Amino acid sequence: MTRTAGFAAVLAVAVASPALAESPFWGVQVEQFEYRAGEGSDLLAWDLDALAGTDALKFVWRSEGEFALDEDAFEAMENQLRLQVPVTDFFDAVVGVRADTPEGPDRLYGVIGLHGLAPQWFEVDADLFVSDRPVARFEVEYEGLITNRIVLTPSIEVDLPLRDDRAIGLGAWGPKVEIGARLGYDLVDRAISPYVGVHYERVFGATRRLARAAGEDDDAVYLVVGTRLMF
Amino acid sequence: MTTIAMVRAAAFGAGLAMLPGGAAMAGTYDITVDRIAIDTGDFVKRGVGYNKSQTPTILRWREGEEVTINVTNNLSEETSIHWHGLILPFDQDGVPGVSFEGIAPGETFTYRFPIVQAGTYWFHSHSGFQEPDGAYGAIIIEPKGREPFRYDRDHVVQLTDKHPHSGARIMRNLKMMPDYYNRQQRTLFDFLGDAAEKGLGAALADRGDWGSMRMMPTDIEDVQGFTPLINGKGPAQNWTGLFTPGERVRLRFINSSAMTYFDIRIPGLKMTVVQADGNNVQPVTVDELRIAVAETYDVIVRPMEDRAYTIFAESMGRTAYARGTLAPREGMEAEVPEMRSPPLLTMADMGMAHGDMGHGAMQGGTHTMPDGSVMQGAAHGHMDHAGHGAADAGGDPFYAPGSGLTPEAANGGKVLSYADLKAQKPLYAHREATREIELRLTGNMERYLWTINGVKHGDSEPIRLTYGERVRFKFVNETMMTHPMHLHGMWSILDNGSGAWNPVKHVVSVAPGTTVYMETEVDAPGQWVFHCHLAYHMEAGMMRKVIVEGGPAAKSASSAAVTGG
Repeated sequence: MTRTAGFAAVLAVAVASPALAESPFWGVQVEQFEYRAGEGSDLLAWDLDALAGTDALKFVWRSEGEFALDEDAFEAMENQLRLQVPVTDFFDAVVGVRADTPEGPDRLYGVIGLHGLAPQWFEVDADLFVSDRPVARFEVEYEGLITNRIVLTPSIEVDLPLRDDRAIGLGAWGPKVEIGARLGYDLVDRAISPYVGVHYERVFGATRRLARAAGEDDDAVYLVVGTRLMF
Repeated sequence: MTTIAMVRAAAFGAGLAMLPGGAAMAGTYDITVDRIAIDTGDFVKRGVGYNKSQTPTILRWREGEEVTINVTNNLSEETSIHWHGLILPFDQDGVPGVSFEGIAPGETFTYRFPIVQAGTYWFHSHSGFQEPDGAYGAIIIEPKGREPFRYDRDHVVQLTDKHPHSGARIMRNLKMMPDYYNRQQRTLFDFLGDAAEKGLGAALADRGDWGSMRMMPTDIEDVQGFTPLINGKGPAQNWTGLFTPGERVRLRFINSSAMTYFDIRIPGLKMTVVQADGNNVQPVTVDELRIAVAETYDVIVRPMEDRAYTIFAESMGRTAYARGTLAPREGMEAEVPEMRSPPLLTMADMGMAHGDMGHGAMQGGTHTMPDGSVMQGAAHGHMDHAGHGAADAGGDPFYAPGSGLTPEAANGGKVLSYADLKAQKPLYAHREATREIELRLTGNMERYLWTINGVKHGDSEPIRLTYGERVRFKFVNETMMTHPMHLHGMWSILDNGSGAWNPVKHVVSVAPGTTVYMETEVDAPGQWVFHCHLAYHMEAGMMRKVIVEGGPAAKSASSAAVTGG
């Protein structure tokens, strides 16, 4: 509750600041919108940022999820409202809230993070999801230009639970790692870029032990087909 | 001038009345601002045009004339017309929010001002992205006296970079993803090519250097994917200007592009440059010239043969070309050359030698170089080469030594340099500047943030000048892009080492990694603007309001009285 109030206060200050007096811009970037075919249930997955704001302050809705087609259920459903403020030339500080509402228990976190471009063109997100069962997340993505239209995008995402959250299968210090490689083609400008690729997930440590105990696999590999979208 | 343009100009001149007794002439001109369809030959798009046409309107005026221009806004949004390069009362300058309130939809605004100069100029909207969307035209002012050069006919050659996307969408895309339109980035194949040529280590080191700065050596044109037009016609539509063999033909090049510099040549013809930005210069004969955004150059060519000649204007980044034809008869064509390979920026364009890397010079990632390195490079160029002509072994002094952008003629001949420009007749008595103002051209490509002294227009204080002073502006380009800087209302006297014969311009282009000086005689009271003429750089914040304080009360009063509505 206090957290939500804090967030509201930040938002109020931001909206009242003169930064928003300049002409704002907006856009939507869907990094992943794909069909994942693997050994278990096939999935529909997405990962998008919808952005509005100015140079000084951006308001981002970030949504990530996985819908299991066999179970007809959201295996993952995560929505974040994030405020981004530049702190260096290439990095923004992030504060926000994250609500997870998948099949099963819901979770609410505060978000503190950094988002930006590291040397050698690595796109980086480093977030701490704050609650009494906090989780740290580190994401890196790289766009490798095979040609000016064919792009290979390797990515890695590591979720590190800092405390046990057994109800959702997270064991303290047991990371969950997702590695992907997607080969896309810019079909229409950068607006529509279909891709194929592979997506691999694996859990380690305490989280792996929880998965094993629940009779689940500790890893999964998918072939993916989907499209990037930007508008 | 084409026949169509002639007819139009005649129509505009219909209201022109000659007053007896040598009194000032007066002319009335009407311009409508309309939503139109623009057909480039490659695509058709909705845009803005003057007098319902994608062919730029040409206004033909006489020096000494008192013009009245009725501008009717048929758009559903505010508009404005800025008379680019004209010396006039500030409230006629056409910048909404600075000179006047703008022209509301459906409204007719009447501009009224005396024409106190001669030469080739242009006009365009200063509202939103109407200029990139098509709102531009040409101005030709005939001098009172005799011209210091002869020609038998003249043609306006007005260039633009017509993009399928609207200006607003381009700006949004650039903000979302600054390399949205860059389709000349270094790829895996370029890397393999480099590795084969220079060795893997060198290729990796080169990638590493650029990558550590998070900059691209191909970042020369922010906005690619456009079709260049000449007088409203795409390369396939082939605008044609007629001549009779043996005639001297004056070509009035105007670059009305939103973002694009062009390298212009006419294979088979030498071009004698006689005017730059409306002011006569001592003639200099060249094979090729680079025209910055918003500049004008008048050249005289003399085609002797009874054949067609191609006017070929490649974009500086070699992503597209404009093409027109000079021919003795309609329907003729000459060979269209291949575009040359795209240039690559070098570490010199970053204001540093390659060996300087790794000292954390780019620490924090600002495009700010250590002052010393920028200054050194520029001082070197300025002292050693300026005034000696660009043909010196040192290359063009208006590019950083070792720059990847330095223009070269396709035929190995002469390219026009700023160093070649010498005023035909100085406009002002030469004197020492009373003070210097430093304007560092700054930015952040990754955020598509363009600033002056690190501050956006919206967050900045106006530059305050005092009537009667002569200010020396020092531009230090700390970005990797070339910026055409345009001061409204007063002349920009480019310091190219020619002293009293320094050329008088309205746009001063500043290449990356260089320092360029210009001086301004502050002789126009009121409020003006000073900005980078790249449309999306200006919008992003590379602009300043300029306030001239003091000055003759009578002048201010009379200018206030002219405000019409």
